[in-house]
Parts: sequence; structure tokens; C-alpha cells
Amino acid sequence: MSSNMVAILYLISALLFIFALRGLSHPESSRMGNIFGVIGMIIAVFTTLMFKSVLSYYEIGAAILIGGAIGSFIALRIEMTALPQLVAAFHSLVGLAAVFVAAAAFYDPVAFSIGKVGSIKTASLVEMSIGTFIGAITFSGSVLAFGKLQGTISGKPIVFKFQHLINAVIFLLIIFLIILFVINQSPTIFWTIVIVSILLGFLVVIPIGGADMPVVVSMLNSYSGWAACGIGFTLSNNLLIITGALVGASGAILSYIMSKGMNRSIINVVLGGFGGEQDTSASKDNSDKIVKQGNAEDAAYIMKNADSVIIVPGYGMAVAQAQHALREMGDILKKEGIEVRYAIHPVAGRMPGHMNVLLAEANVPYEEVLELDEINHDFPMTEVSFVIGANDVTNPAAKTDESSPIFGMPILDVEKSQSVLFVKRSMATGYSGVDNELFYRDNTTMLFGDAKKMCEDIVKSLSA
Amino acid sequence: MEAHSSEVFVIGLTVFFLACIIGYYVVWSVTPALHSPLMGVTNAISSVIIVGAILAAGPQGFDTSKIFGLIGVVLASVNIFGGFLVTYRMLSMFKKKTKKTKETE
Repeated sequence: MSSNMVAILYLISALLFIFALRGLSHPESSRMGNIFGVIGMIIAVFTTLMFKSVLSYYEIGAAILIGGAIGSFIALRIEMTALPQLVAAFHSLVGLAAVFVAAAAFYDPVAFSIGKVGSIKTASLVEMSIGTFIGAITFSGSVLAFGKLQGTISGKPIVFKFQHLINAVIFLLIIFLIILFVINQSPTIFWTIVIVSILLGFLVVIPIGGADMPVVVSMLNSYSGWAACGIGFTLSNNLLIITGALVGASGAILSYIMSKGMNRSIINVVLGGFGGEQDTSASKDNSDKIVKQGNAEDAAYIMKNADSVIIVPGYGMAVAQAQHALREMGDILKKEGIEVRYAIHPVAGRMPGHMNVLLAEANVPYEEVLELDEINHDFPMTEVSFVIGANDVTNPAAKTDESSPIFGMPILDVEKSQSVLFVKRSMATGYSGVDNELFYRDNTTMLFGDAKKMCEDIVKSLSA
Repeated sequence: MEAHSSEVFVIGLTVFFLACIIGYYVVWSVTPALHSPLMGVTNAISSVIIVGAILAAGPQGFDTSKIFGLIGVVLASVNIFGGFLVTYRMLSMFKKKTKKTKETE
């Protein structure tokens, strides 16, 4: 195949990837978008297999089959609630693959026409080592994020003295190593860069707490794109550069949206240490305030007599796997002629769009699921807000209390609805460690218990 | 292909910045409800890095570079199949209101 033909096929593949992302602007067009993505990938792989230098079809075929079987098995078996972990795990593989491709290019530069062993072009060496560096960070950062999301490692931020200084020193060390590598092209230094970058990846994610994971997962998504870009520059391959840039931009925008949803800068999230129990002394003592408790029957009664209910789900719903029971509750209410809608905060859950997927899994039509901007002005006209497994995203302190760590964060105005039902396991504070004054209001009823069990009980009371 | 290496780099850089701009506009048009599938798709397409891995695994015989290439192919394939399939699963769950059932009632 001529090099022009290759370039054209790669271009088609890149365009299909762009269409794949474009399709996600609406659920209707999204499925077609995914198919575009698949076709683009098939074209890219087959075009590469047609290269004159590519001869070992059996080995490559076997490798694709092994990887494909593992990937398919995992993707088909995974529970939707475990999606954030899965995405983190997948990111780590992209990072690792980038490191291996860079290493392969370093050991056999002729195959990539970037020079000969020991005399690789300087530009290629720089690009290669940057690709390796980002790939290795993506790998270890994602592994740690996976551990935190899966619960293997504590989700609490781990902070220690001179943390940021240590990271800065390691970063400078890596730059120094890259310069050294470009000069003497030693394999030892190449692998030292890999190891030190892996260490830095761990250190960067370690101080970031569980609920900040949406930002971390998006950021690692972005890194995996930049790693692909780095490799693309090394191989002078436009397809890799374009795709890497698309993914990198996507992850960066998601990180931005997520940080904005918490009114914090990306830098602030990355520096970490947020949430945890360090400033409990600052919060007001609410132990003497009265909390109105209710049970499933009370909740059923309140909702049955309402005209409109807005359901606000949070990470607690995902943990309890309550989405199906919740949808059943919503269905019964709808049959009674009550308007039921769902309000999603941008940072609800552990990855962008997490709640939307879970509700979709439970067969909630997407027209009933609304974003913060779309639904927030409807709370004053709403009789009941049903908050399930969410806390900080409804806390009015974000608007009123300037000393609060969550001050300025956009919240769902559940306080403006006539009454609020809170499904929670206990009175414990949310991730931010801030007490929610909403719990003590007259029109708030606390429903203590497991979210799924509570929804099932409400369903029973409603149908009784 | 015989272009001077700095020229190749500048072309790459041009492509890179233009792609970033396209990415910026395309991603902002993605509806927030589909942000999880967006991560699934981007995860799958970033594994286009498999192209590099195939090139490394291509030559006959066995050397270090080829083994690295094959490992790269396996890793990227996990992502490609896994990423597209999990996205497919997510997207097939996003459904419209079923109006027919209401009419029959």
C-alpha cells in the first residue's frame, strides 16, 4: 500500500473517531456514534496490518484475540455501579501500552524509521521519553484510583509533610533524566524514567479523596490521551496525534466541569487533602438540635399527597444499588398522577455522568433526568424533594456560610421545596465533613436506613 | 516521507493543535447525561496506540522490541473491546419514554 493510501485511510479513521464523539451530543445519535468509533478502529488496525514490515500475522492475531477476549469478558460482566473502577482500570492499560510501545520503539528504532539503535534522532528521543513519562504516570495513577474506587485502598486522602515539595523534586529529576537519556540513549536511564514516573503517578493521586475521584478519573482520561499523542509524535503518526488530542481535550474538559461543580480549581483538587476530619472543631455543634425522623410509611404518605416530586440521587444510591427499587417507587407515584423527575448534580457519584447511567440501567427514561441548570428553578414549585444518598450537593451552607469548605459550590435547591425527605444511613456528615443544616429544619424528614431497603419499604407502603 | 525531520514535527504540531480545537468544540457539545459513555468511547479510541504496537510486533523473528509490541497489542485490545462494549452497554440503556404502553392502558 502506498504511503498516501495509508495516510488517507488513517484520516478516515480519525474522522470516524470525531463523529463518534459528536454522536454523544444526544442519546438518539450516540449508538451510531459508537459504531463509527468501532469502524474507525477496524480501519486503523487493518491499514497497519497491510504495512510491508508487518509480517507476523499469527502472533498479532493471537495477541488481539487474547486481549479482546479479556476485554469483552470484563465489559460484559461488570456491574454498572462498578463503572468508575472499570474506567480507571482501562486507563491504566492505555498508559502501560504507551510505555511498551515507546520501549519497543527505543529497542527497534528501525521498525519505526526513527534512526538506528544508539543513534536515534534527538526529536524522537524527546517525544519518546515524554510519551513514556505520561504513560507511566497514567498507569500508576489509574491503578491507585482503581484501588480507591474499589475500596481496596482507603478512599481517604493520605497527606504527609513536604508532599508537594517531594513531587516537585521528583518532577525535576524526571526532566533531568530525560535530558540525560537524550544525550546517551542508555536503556538503564530509560527504565529509570519509567520507574520514577510510576512513583510520581502514585504520589500524585495519593492525597486525593474518594469524592474527588470524578476529577481524578477525568484527569487520567486526559493523560491517557496525551500519552497517545506523545507516541504519535514519536512515530510521526497523525492518527495517533489526532486521537490523542481528542481524548486529551475530552478529559481536560470533563475535569474542568467536575471542578467547577465543586467550585474548586483543578489545582486545588490535584493538591488534594480535601475532605477528611481535620476541621470538625470549626463546625457548629448541632447535637442539641432536633431532627425529625420518619419511616417508610410516613414517606409514602407525604409523597402520595404531593403533586410533584423531585428525586435527588447521590453516591449513596450507587453504593446501596437502590436505582431499581427507586425507579419502582417513581413508577407507582407516576401512576398516581404525580409528576416525578430526577435532578442530577454534576459531581454526584464517582465519575462524570455516573448517576445518569445507573438511572438508565433502571429503565428511567432520560427525559425525566435533568441537570442542575435545567431543574434548579423548579424546586420552589415542587412539593417534595426526595434526597437519596446525597448530602453535600444539597447543603445550603454552600450559599450562606462563607467559612464553609464548600462555600460557593453550586447546589440543588432542595431547601426551597415544601418538604424534604432525606434517605441516609446515619447523621454522619458528607464527604466534605460539613454538617448539613437542612437536617434540622421543620420541613425535613430524615429516613434512616439502607437506601435500597427504604425504597422497597416505601413501594410496599404505596401499594398497600 | 523524505521530508526533513523538523518539517515532520511542525506538521505534527499543526495537526495536534487543530485536533485539540476540534476536540474542544466536539466535547462541549456532548450532553452531560452521556459523560460516562464519553469516557468509555475516549478510552476505547485512545487505544488506537495499538497501531504503534502492531508496527513493533510486525517483523518476523523474536526480539525484545517484538515482545514489547505484542504486550502492547494485548493491552490495547483489552481496552478496545472492553471500551466499545461497555459503552455499547451503557448507551443501549438510555431509553425514551415508552408512549405506546400508556396508550394501550
